[in-house]
Amino acid sequence: MKKFVLSAFVLLSFGFYVIWLNNSNSSIDLSVPVATDSFGGTKNTFNLSSNSSNNSNQQTTPSNSNQNEIPLSTTFITTSIPVTQKNGTYNDGEYIGDSIFAYSDYIQVKVIISRGILTDIQFVQYPKSGRSGRISSFSLPTLKQEAIKAQSANINAVSGASYTSPAFIQSLSSALVQAKA
Amino acid sequence: MSMPVVIEIADSHVNQEIFDEVFNYLVSVDERFSIYKKDSEITLFNEGKIPKLNLSEDMKEIFKLSEEMKNKTDGFFDIFFDGKIDPSGIVKGWAIYKASLILRKKGFKNFYIEIAGDFEIAGLNIEGKKWAIGIRNPFNKKENIKIVYLTDVGIATSGTYENGEHIYNPKEKNKATEIESITIIGPNVYEADCFATACFAMGKNGIYFIERQPYFDGYMIDHEGIATFTSNFEKYVKKN
Repeated sequence: MKKFVLSAFVLLSFGFYVIWLNNSNSSIDLSVPVATDSFGGTKNTFNLSSNSSNNSNQQTTPSNSNQNEIPLSTTFITTSIPVTQKNGTYNDGEYIGDSIFAYSDYIQVKVIISRGILTDIQFVQYPKSGRSGRISSFSLPTLKQEAIKAQSANINAVSGASYTSPAFIQSLSSALVQAKA
Repeated sequence: MSMPVVIEIADSHVNQEIFDEVFNYLVSVDERFSIYKKDSEITLFNEGKIPKLNLSEDMKEIFKLSEEMKNKTDGFFDIFFDGKIDPSGIVKGWAIYKASLILRKKGFKNFYIEIAGDFEIAGLNIEGKKWAIGIRNPFNKKENIKIVYLTDVGIATSGTYENGEHIYNPKEKNKATEIESITIIGPNVYEADCFATACFAMGKNGIYFIERQPYFDGYMIDHEGIATFTSNFEKYVKKN
């Protein structure tokens, strides 16, 4: 429910923004908030077409200085869809924005103009959630980072990547048949 | 599936018979699914000697689950490779999970079953506390770089093997893999295992994928020794 409200809010707010621009511009600016990682993954790049004006406006999320947290930046990507203006209104039709690669997936929106005004905004491509392809919310993930460091606590067992050994080995822990105290 | 198996049971009514039953079950899984065995069902199937209709229920189940995991991971998890089916990536976790059901059916609630670094963890250890599992340092297998305290979850780690016995070679850093290892914790080991395999293949994007999965958490280590982990991972670092 929360995701729906958030997505609806996002769509409505830039719907209003577009309508506000209606009287002054001959192109529609689509501002799509996306999350980018700030620690240099080579795959998270933006794919903007060469004839769009792009005006990215970096805003960092407030970081919690008590934790070693890497906040992911919110980048508002502005891309222009050329739309012929006529008498202060837009021409009716459907227009598709650039496909943007962000947050390890593609985002692309389509705007629908009828009677000269924006009447609908739809997702053409959206970040799919792992399970069912629902539209994911634009909530920013807060992945955390740390340098690895040897730990010395008592442990019961270890999880690590392991080899496939040729022999089939069975082993039993010596504590197995002891009665619980 | 020739891998070390460890079972520890903390329940007081443990006996030798239950170990025999679980080990025998795992041996039978190996005999059905090992691509290294000439007469295993999977080898015969790959050679075209068994039609799909005649496959065992277990084999059909593995194919079905593999297809589901392939869809969930956008194809990063796939048992079809090089013209053959090799289900070992999913069978390991699935077998652990099935073995844990054998224990639960017999009333055992406090145990773990491990195959080659993947665990199904149940209840509490012999001291009455959550099981303390170390995450191995991928650069030095004698060290653990994180301790997690677990109960009633599955945990699986996927990683490169190149730093095992050999001296770490910086020239090999830029090989096919983008990361050193990723450890996944979730409600069961069979999904944790598949996700660990898929996320490793996704490279640095894998940790984002896990962040999006409800109920699953991950701890990823890159070639520089920096760990990136999901927003809820730290709950497992607490002892109680």
